[in-house]
Amino acid sequence: MKKRTGVFVCHCGINIAGTVDVKNVAEDLAKHPDVVHSEDYVYMCSDPGQKLIENSIKEHNLDSVVVACCSPNLHETTFRNCAKAAGINEFQCEIANIREQCSWVHKDKLKATEKAKKITRSTVEHVVKNKSLEPISIPVTRRGLVIGGGIAGIQAALDMANSGYEVVLVEKSPSIGGHMIQLSETFPTLDCSQCILTPKMVDVSKHPKIKLLTYSEVQEISGYVGNFKAKILKKPTYVDPDKCTLCDKCLDVCPIVVPNEFDLGLTARKAIYIPFPQAIPATYTLDIANCPGLLPIACGKCIDVCEPGAIDYDMKPEMIEEEIGSIVLATGYDLYDKENMKEYGSGKYADVLDGLQFERLLSASGPTMGEVLRPSDHKVPKEVVFIQCVGSRDPELHCAYCSKICCMYTAKHAMLYKHHVPDGQAYVFYIDIRSGGKNYEEFVQRAKEEDGVVYLRGKVSKIFEENGKITVWGVDTLAGKDIEINADMVVLATAMRPAKGAEEFAKKLKVSLDKDGFLSEAHPKLRPVESVTAGLFFAGAAQAPKDIPEAVAQASGAAAKAIIILSQDHLFHSPMVAKVSLNLCSGCGMCVDVCPYDALSLKNNKAEVNEVLCEGCGTCSATCLRAAIEVKNITPGQIHEMIDASVGG
Amino acid sequence: MAEEFEPKIIAFLCKWCSSAGSDLAGVSRMNYPPNVVPITVMCSGSVSPLYIFNAFQKGADGVLVSGCHPGDCHYIKGNFYARRRIALVKELIEYIGLEPQRFKMAWVSAAEGKKYTQIIQDFVQELKPLGPQTKLRREK
Repeated sequence: MKKRTGVFVCHCGINIAGTVDVKNVAEDLAKHPDVVHSEDYVYMCSDPGQKLIENSIKEHNLDSVVVACCSPNLHETTFRNCAKAAGINEFQCEIANIREQCSWVHKDKLKATEKAKKITRSTVEHVVKNKSLEPISIPVTRRGLVIGGGIAGIQAALDMANSGYEVVLVEKSPSIGGHMIQLSETFPTLDCSQCILTPKMVDVSKHPKIKLLTYSEVQEISGYVGNFKAKILKKPTYVDPDKCTLCDKCLDVCPIVVPNEFDLGLTARKAIYIPFPQAIPATYTLDIANCPGLLPIACGKCIDVCEPGAIDYDMKPEMIEEEIGSIVLATGYDLYDKENMKEYGSGKYADVLDGLQFERLLSASGPTMGEVLRPSDHKVPKEVVFIQCVGSRDPELHCAYCSKICCMYTAKHAMLYKHHVPDGQAYVFYIDIRSGGKNYEEFVQRAKEEDGVVYLRGKVSKIFEENGKITVWGVDTLAGKDIEINADMVVLATAMRPAKGAEEFAKKLKVSLDKDGFLSEAHPKLRPVESVTAGLFFAGAAQAPKDIPEAVAQASGAAAKAIIILSQDHLFHSPMVAKVSLNLCSGCGMCVDVCPYDALSLKNNKAEVNEVLCEGCGTCSATCLRAAIEVKNITPGQIHEMIDASVGG
Repeated sequence: MAEEFEPKIIAFLCKWCSSAGSDLAGVSRMNYPPNVVPITVMCSGSVSPLYIFNAFQKGADGVLVSGCHPGDCHYIKGNFYARRRIALVKELIEYIGLEPQRFKMAWVSAAEGKKYTQIIQDFVQELKPLGPQTKLRREK
């Protein structure tokens, strides 16, 4: 049966009409056998333009519409809604892009007009074979999952829980808090980091809607937006948090001493430990990798002294399955390893620290109770050199990008050092100072002016240990001088990297990463917290280097996006999905193998499509040798007609 | 003087990357010859070799398939299938005696309007000396 198609050609002021003879396009399309009405108008997307389309659909009894205008990314929804309002199926409306892909890139009006005709004709061929489709409705599990318990994950979980939705918060280490809980003070206000974070951590632990799973890792996510299934491995802590009274007796008897990761190796801890005093959950964890064994014959001292009987050597790993509707990924960052910096001693000098180690030295709860002391001999350092861009902005050898926070935290470090050691001298080597942010520039100026920090513009070529000092060879490019400083301590502002293990984790979740290994957002400007996988959102430094306020803002943004899904009764999925012709399908299974979404399976020796999982990519269709599978409304038959129209006479 | 030969090009563009990249070329008001007519597909992995040969049969002088960069497919891995399939298409094109320059595969992301422009400019220049493609063209 012949279609009754209407063609509407937009001038877009002179954006299209300046290069394309729109009247000529409309007249030419009127000759197409399926086109019963064709006209042009100055702004189709305007209210009168939309009314014109609606009225024409009714007046000419149209069953399909082509709007030749700007990119479908802009007004496809507008015109599909317009078609729907006039009583025809929204999937009977297609957009011919004659602006971005034609009028804006060409100058020759005659040739551009001919090309616009081909594009529009090709779109008419597309629409005349379109079927009326209804969006696929899917139910929603109204429960969220947040992966990562740093500040971003904590904020996202609290926002979602405070909106009334249940949230599962998964953290791989024994306590939530992330890197922020390790920091001393925060720029530019010098708020104590623990003082502002611990109230939020307590909120998480007390929130009736938040299920907190620490010492746990997500192993697998299956399903699709609104209906994910997560498998979470809860590792055994060998301590029952409900029974543990934090009496610390186990700590006294444990004979095993290992480097303390919370203090980045600056202190030691026992094999049974609590990461830090305000840890949530507040309980001990037995680090089985370092414990002499769960054989009571080998040690068993802790279990002997534990009066409440909280220690249980028989605790087993537990696989927890959770059903969820949307996910926020907040897997955070790690610092670029000092070992990568050969010219700076590859991390082998005790008095060359990275930024996080220096945070611990400054922290009131740190290894020195807030006194700045050299790790090597516990003397107060009188000259400290801070080096920025260590591993950042170095595309040849390290990371090409700017880690964004180092200018600010280095200013803070130098300032706090001066507060602790007023007669000491702080030097900062920098390439540029990037202090964009509220009150950030003022903060850097304060470090220079009030605290007398000496800023030297240039790079450091080498540092080495000599006579108990750390010698720094650098250059001051503003003065044009080589600089040598015999420092007592050096602090490296090493680059921010995606958290260790993030790459394998992203693979498991089928999330794409950018060239630096950070999570790749759906659109760099307009969809900065979304993944291209529907229902998966990003927060914090896992997506790109960012400071605390940015991580918090993004977390709230991601939470809001996740809530949009959780708040729906039903979600709608594009009906442009694969369809199998059973009489052609030979059951070879090639389409099943290539489907990126596991949406195809063999049933009774024929391919079967799970319409909810199918994203309509068409890889199956190009793979099938028997042309037995095609994507609705963009079938090979349609493409072949479009090719014919596009080549033209 | 005879009019200069203007090759007809059909470009199969992935909706998520290359079509968006060509939109960006427009938004940035770049300029390239009007010889190319784009057909937007969901994924470069959905481009069947039949599309490519049909375009040649209908009289296209050149065919371009452009998808997301390898490893960056909107559909996870569709462009890997495209790449493998396209390698076979290239061999077949040579085997049947068509000039291999008439077929091109490119990777253009949504941010690469300039790259898209350059590809079209180069492709048109490469096709001009070859003259019309008659080998596969079906008589109408």
